Amino acid sequence: MRIAGKGLVSHNRTVNFSFNGKDYMGLEGDTLASALLANDVHLVGRSFKYHRPRGILTAGSEEPNALVSTGKGAARDPNIRATQQELFEGLAAQSQNCWPSVERDVMAVNDLAAPFLGAGFYYKTFMWPAPLWEKLYEPIIRRAAGLGALSGAANKDPYEKAFAFCDLLVIGSGPAGLMAALTAGRAGADVILAEDDSRMGGRLLAEVEEVDGKPVHVWVAEALAELEAMDNVRLMPRTAVTGVYDHGTYSALERVSHHLPPSQSLKTAHRPRECFWRIAAKASVLAAGAIERPIAFRNNDRPGIMMAGAVRAYLNRWGVAPGERITVFANNDDAHRTARDLVAEGVHVTAVIDSRHDAPDSGEFPVIKGAMICDSAGRHRLESVTIRSVNGEEKLQTDCLAVSGGWNPSVHLTCHMGARPEWNRELAAFLPKPDAVPGMVVAGAANGVFSTYGALQDGAQAAITALAGIGTSVDAVPLPEASDAPYRISPLWAVPGKGRAWLDFQNDVTVKDVAQAARENFRSVEHMKRYTTQGMATDQGKNSNVAALAVLADATGRSIAETGVTTFRPPFVPTSIAAMGAGAEDQGFMPQRYLTSHKASLQRGAANIEVGLWYRASYFAKDGESTWRQSCDREVTMVRNAVGVCDVSTLGKIDIQGPDAAKLLDLVYTNLFSTLKLGRVRYGLMLREDGFVMDDGTTARLGENHYVMTTTTAAAGQVMAHLEYLTQVVRPDFDVRFTSVTDQWAQFSVAGPKARDLIDALVDEDVNSETFPFMACGAITVSGVAGRLFRISFSGEHAYEIAVPARYGEALYRLLLERADPLGGGPYGMEALNVLRIEKGFITHSEINGTVTAFDLGMQGLVSKKKSCWGKALSERDGLMDDDRMRLVGLKPVGAMQALSAGAHLFDPDATVERVNDLGYVTSVGFSPTLGHMIGLAMLSGGPDRMGDTIRLVDHTRGIDTLCEVVNPVFFDPEGGRVRG
Amino acid sequence: MRITCPLCGARDHREFTYKGAALPVPALDSGVAEWDAHVHLRENPAGPHEELWQHAMGCGAWLKVRRNTVSHEILAVELAQDAGLVIKEDRS
Repeated sequence: MRIAGKGLVSHNRTVNFSFNGKDYMGLEGDTLASALLANDVHLVGRSFKYHRPRGILTAGSEEPNALVSTGKGAARDPNIRATQQELFEGLAAQSQNCWPSVERDVMAVNDLAAPFLGAGFYYKTFMWPAPLWEKLYEPIIRRAAGLGALSGAANKDPYEKAFAFCDLLVIGSGPAGLMAALTAGRAGADVILAEDDSRMGGRLLAEVEEVDGKPVHVWVAEALAELEAMDNVRLMPRTAVTGVYDHGTYSALERVSHHLPPSQSLKTAHRPRECFWRIAAKASVLAAGAIERPIAFRNNDRPGIMMAGAVRAYLNRWGVAPGERITVFANNDDAHRTARDLVAEGVHVTAVIDSRHDAPDSGEFPVIKGAMICDSAGRHRLESVTIRSVNGEEKLQTDCLAVSGGWNPSVHLTCHMGARPEWNRELAAFLPKPDAVPGMVVAGAANGVFSTYGALQDGAQAAITALAGIGTSVDAVPLPEASDAPYRISPLWAVPGKGRAWLDFQNDVTVKDVAQAARENFRSVEHMKRYTTQGMATDQGKNSNVAALAVLADATGRSIAETGVTTFRPPFVPTSIAAMGAGAEDQGFMPQRYLTSHKASLQRGAANIEVGLWYRASYFAKDGESTWRQSCDREVTMVRNAVGVCDVSTLGKIDIQGPDAAKLLDLVYTNLFSTLKLGRVRYGLMLREDGFVMDDGTTARLGENHYVMTTTTAAAGQVMAHLEYLTQVVRPDFDVRFTSVTDQWAQFSVAGPKARDLIDALVDEDVNSETFPFMACGAITVSGVAGRLFRISFSGEHAYEIAVPARYGEALYRLLLERADPLGGGPYGMEALNVLRIEKGFITHSEINGTVTAFDLGMQGLVSKKKSCWGKALSERDGLMDDDRMRLVGLKPVGAMQALSAGAHLFDPDATVERVNDLGYVTSVGFSPTLGHMIGLAMLSGGPDRMGDTIRLVDHTRGIDTLCEVVNPVFFDPEGGRVRG
Repeated sequence: MRITCPLCGARDHREFTYKGAALPVPALDSGVAEWDAHVHLRENPAGPHEELWQHAMGCGAWLKVRRNTVSHEILAVELAQDAGLVIKEDRS
């Protein structure tokens, strides 16, 4: 029922919306919850386990009952709290967890089965027989579990991530938060004021009182206007701080456009639905307020039973009376304000039922002292309550019950770094542990200071204290006058009696369930939580946890302080994965690295393959080729018989210069580089400090003190970091500088018997066996462009790598192909490159997999005896030089055409296929068109001693079981005549 | 977590990569036993710990960071090149 002219809504601006398909009218400024209550709609959902009818309980983000779905199709948002969803024209919301409708829900039959569905029901029932678990129990439980549902379609709504920095982060904009922001803002500090609600002001928006001699909402508006005018203050409404992390890092979720019609927000304004913030704050003030807690009594979950503070908020902020005959049930003075404010607006208050014998007579309404409510009645809406007092039990007709069991300070964020809150008997509440979070000062109701004046004062002081901690001294600001009423409470958690009294509304946990958990020896609060699922729903038990542990304390005969609380973890409010993962969907912000030859490759029919972030040509399909193998076989044959061109720019290239460049290379490589002659290239192996192989590659000496190192594509970053480690930490005395030039140079392999013909005709210089013998390098010019030529080979053929500045890469690639075509050559891709190198027994990171040594690879000879190097000491451990270690061999199939597979394991032919008999594994395979059969490289125990042996290859994943012969890993041209020719 | 790089200022921990304890490096030829102790026999203290981080997504500097492993408090940061972890001279 709306009260004309009352509240902070615009009474002359109506908004149309629908709920469960029925049209309603609300006002601008309404939430979905306040608009539903104004339309006298109380039944909004069904509970999770028993499907009991439930109504709106609270007016904030802690709401356990009023969860709805909004939006249509892929953009459907489940579990939206009606208490937070702002009304907009055309909003369509639906109830959840009910079928066919919220009024007639067939699963409500669960409620009749309640005696069997108590705490631990699933644990006890679905124990055995074990085989039924996967097939039967789990699917059934999964179907019944979960609140709300996603559409199953990919959501295309935009979500964002953002970063912010400030001196002081103020969390919450009630009296303490506003005063903290004003104090810090006036002193010139860089302030962010974050508020979960759409409107700043916190609890002040829900109260009738005076601050600084004016109505409280006027004072709030003036304070906000002042803050808004400050350049150094940023106001962030609709932003819940969700987590606290080390060194002043805070996460926050901003609901950017949930309050706008989809047409306005997404399409035209390009606004995201939500934004996930990472805020780095030098200091913070936590002024998150407090959350009111219910009192458990039989049937305390009917629609129409609400929190007293929420009833007051609906009345004062939204001008809505949630009933016509309202009753209040409380154990503290604060709830009496609800009755007072209702009476002031002419709403009938039947009585205030106060459990305290010394409760005050606080206004024009009856106060029944020393009494409790012990039951309620009404099917889809509260109709009556039963009052138990010294005079016995009596029924009272009422359509709304405003309950208050006191207030729980919102200490959650103070616990995110491991601190536990401390019990305060006087306030019957947990208070934050002092200095729980470095740099955070807690103020106001979150700190157990409940009066308005107290909160204003505490907030101002908190800002001064927090800023002093970062060396900023701030003057005190004058405090406005405000009420300073004491907070008086006498604990009452649960009304004794039969029947089910609800604690956790969202997960349907009752007082009985907690008592049963205690009886079954789940006495620790963490065990009780998991056994009963108390506080494990999306609201994380914000209303109910403290009462539940108080009940547990009672059941186990311990004090609340002894019982303790469960751990509060981030996020403080439910956070969509879409927001946390923003920027990572699809390609997201992941870089795509394209070669300079990319376009030209595609024009030649290249199929691309991702290599790390790079896109490389896998193979080049020609007309008539229908499988990759056909293209690959042709390309391999082309390189062996004519000439092939392949872009190898992805290899890491590190330019190294300085007088100590050679010393650095001698330190990092196992073999000597200080003896490398000018104009020559050498292959090198580098080790990790534990002696295993890190990477391999070639390094060319271009000048007296100038080298260029190549790394594998995969390890380019790792090698760079390693060089930085060696030169900064281990040998800062080395006079050497280096930088990555991977992106600066385009480099192409030109390989095959006709490679020299092509290169010699292409470059301005003479290229012959005198000027460019095997492993030579030097400067050349090609069409007037200065470049570099390296006579190195990864295919075993006479080959070159030619490099030019990247801006000429595409032109050179096209030119190379143009020259290769008439020679019977052309481009080759990664597949052919791989077959060519396996034919020669060359290794890649398939072999250098982190568990192999130089010895394992048969490269012990590359570890120089004349010098030490990084990793050499530990590479010489006894166990790493054992002949029985898995060592590199070649494999070829025995008999008829057989498949080999990488990842397959190797066994003696007469041994059983068991782990204990495992002799090794296959690292690389390919079909060699040169040899006419499959070939493979493998790491085999005692491998080189088994040459000629027959070995059994088993690959359970691909269903391959075949015999192979162990052979030299160099399948083709073992003498190396071709590469030198 | 935030680490103050001496060259760049305070930055989010995601810009940094972790290596391990910041220990003086043995001479290359000091033998298996000493290198084994250096690489494998590390302290795992609950409390202040000196460790190496690289500002890999920033300036590339290797840093010696003194961090409390219990509270994560960063007690000191300096450039590793000034930290005196340099390799011992080979005996040969």
